[in-house]
Amino acid sequence: MSTLLDVKDVSKHFTMGGLLSRKVVRAVESASLSLSVEKPEIFTIIGESGSGKTTLARMILGLELPSSGEISFRGKTVSHRVGRKERLQFMANVQPVFQNPFEAFNPLKRIDRYLESTAKRFLKRSDRAGLEQAMDGALQKVGLSLAEVKGRYPHEMSGGQLQRAAIARALIPNPPLLVADEPVSMVDASLRMSIVNLLKSLRDDLGVSVIYITHDLATAYYISNRLIIMQRGQIVEMGDARAVLDNPEHPYSRLLKASVLSTEDAGSGKLGTDPGMVALAGELVGQSGRLVDRPDGRLVRVY
Amino acid sequence: MSEDLLKVEGLKAYYQMNYFGVQREVRAVDDITMSVRKNEIYGIAGESSSGKTSFIKVLAAAIRPPMRIVAGSVKYDFKGLAMDVATATPAQIEAARWKHLSYIMQGSMSVLNPVRRIGKTFEDFAQKPLGLRGDAFRQRVLGHLDRLKLRPDVLNAYPHELSGGMRQRVTIGLATVCHPEFVIADEPTTALDVVVQKEVLALIREIQQEMGSSVVFVTHDMSVHANMTDRVGIIYAGRLVEEGPTRQMFFAPRHPYTAHLVASLPRIGDTTQRPALEGRPPNLANPPQGCRFHPRCPLVVDKCKSEVPPLITVANDHRSACWRWQDVEPLVNPQAGHGVPA
Repeated sequence: MSTLLDVKDVSKHFTMGGLLSRKVVRAVESASLSLSVEKPEIFTIIGESGSGKTTLARMILGLELPSSGEISFRGKTVSHRVGRKERLQFMANVQPVFQNPFEAFNPLKRIDRYLESTAKRFLKRSDRAGLEQAMDGALQKVGLSLAEVKGRYPHEMSGGQLQRAAIARALIPNPPLLVADEPVSMVDASLRMSIVNLLKSLRDDLGVSVIYITHDLATAYYISNRLIIMQRGQIVEMGDARAVLDNPEHPYSRLLKASVLSTEDAGSGKLGTDPGMVALAGELVGQSGRLVDRPDGRLVRVY
Repeated sequence: MSEDLLKVEGLKAYYQMNYFGVQREVRAVDDITMSVRKNEIYGIAGESSSGKTSFIKVLAAAIRPPMRIVAGSVKYDFKGLAMDVATATPAQIEAARWKHLSYIMQGSMSVLNPVRRIGKTFEDFAQKPLGLRGDAFRQRVLGHLDRLKLRPDVLNAYPHELSGGMRQRVTIGLATVCHPEFVIADEPTTALDVVVQKEVLALIREIQQEMGSSVVFVTHDMSVHANMTDRVGIIYAGRLVEEGPTRQMFFAPRHPYTAHLVASLPRIGDTTQRPALEGRPPNLANPPQGCRFHPRCPLVVDKCKSEVPPLITVANDHRSACWRWQDVEPLVNPQAGHGVPA
């Protein structure tokens, strides 16, 4: 088994404030994970805002450099401080999908121009027929077609369509890895499932691995193979998605699961959260602890 | 049946624009008839551009051109003050605002003035409707903050010093400090994390029960409706398409759109393939003929394309606007799978 992406003991610290009021924010604290080439999977990072999940994603994309540790993609260290050629080659392999499609696209630019510039840059083609074929192929994968998209501006499409177009753009260079940062949180409820199902079919039919960042445990359970749960920069639990979410072990994971609103007792108005649970999860913030293996293959932080 | 606090009848509110000689009319609220009872939480669900925000703007009596009420009435029956938003004078609206009719807004960061301390914002907001000054006012606010589980020193804080959940609790405090009879909550928890979301929802419910007021709760997240509301109304393309008690809406929906919304919710403990609804919400400037849902509807027949289905009573307290309501089946069993223990 060869590794596609290897994240080894990565930490990221940000320093805030001036000389007299210096404060260090530990955004990510020694995170490790790896994805293999042979088995495409959806790897989910769950956490609340401020848990460091987006920082971790930015480091995987090479937009930030880790303070310590190393991230390598196919054996090469990920960094934005490399030559242009090497950087482009990396970008063709790891593509991002962002949270809000209306902010990801320039409202004054037609959508097909984005697709076209991506195709030109990564496929190194300049003939019209070839470009259009590449654009149409990527759009077909997400259930759109070039005829639908051509000449349209972002405001002329619905949020769901636009997010699909954003995924199509990311698919043009045929990347083996997508990094999707909360791709459904800005999309309407009725269209959310079409995006989630799309990510699932990308994995199953096209063999694309996806790093799926979310705070929604229900969709994470629905699509992911493995997941990590992050609390304030620390990985508190990691393992098979179903095993972890069916029976979370760390107090914070349990709290997250208990906070998911279920529809089973619709109308009964049960909303209480056990205050003991919140307190217990809160106490563990800032304690370092260590990750230990469990027989079912998961890693849990113990103190 | 308890008494109605709000009665909306045949409400039509359109955006009418006339730019450079081109007339445009957007029918954001088209013929809605509903009522909100005393002491209940009424949920409104609908996607963006379904007209739900326009509808609650009318309910909140915040109608600004180019929006206009074209027909219908919105009658409130407050204690000692009955008013119809369609004909109310500015003085009447002013008298009702905050004291009787209040509003919890979506983005807590943009609601609070970033350069004013929370205590000052409370003064700006509530001093006039409460008619209290100085120490009496401060005591009243502190008593209310205590109920919201906020420490007194938040009054000296600036908005950016508080966390998202605390800010949202402050906006709830602002909206409820005058003990209004009717509160409109517009997506109050959308920007919050799951743990905080649940706390804030529980708080709104607690406050509502203590004050005995009615709440109209707007969100597109059906799982919030399931846990929060007593009744839910679904708005699609400017029309109310289904309305009923929350439990019935989830277990026995009578409109294909509702059935879809419920079915598309993923759940922990269940990995069966979830259906996704194709198509997009219609453009309200040019809505489809007949039933506005027909281009996306799995049960569509010819009649749907030409005739608008009326909102009829299909079960006790349950109304649906669908020609084929009898054929609507819940797409998934809401109790399948072992799910999350409550």
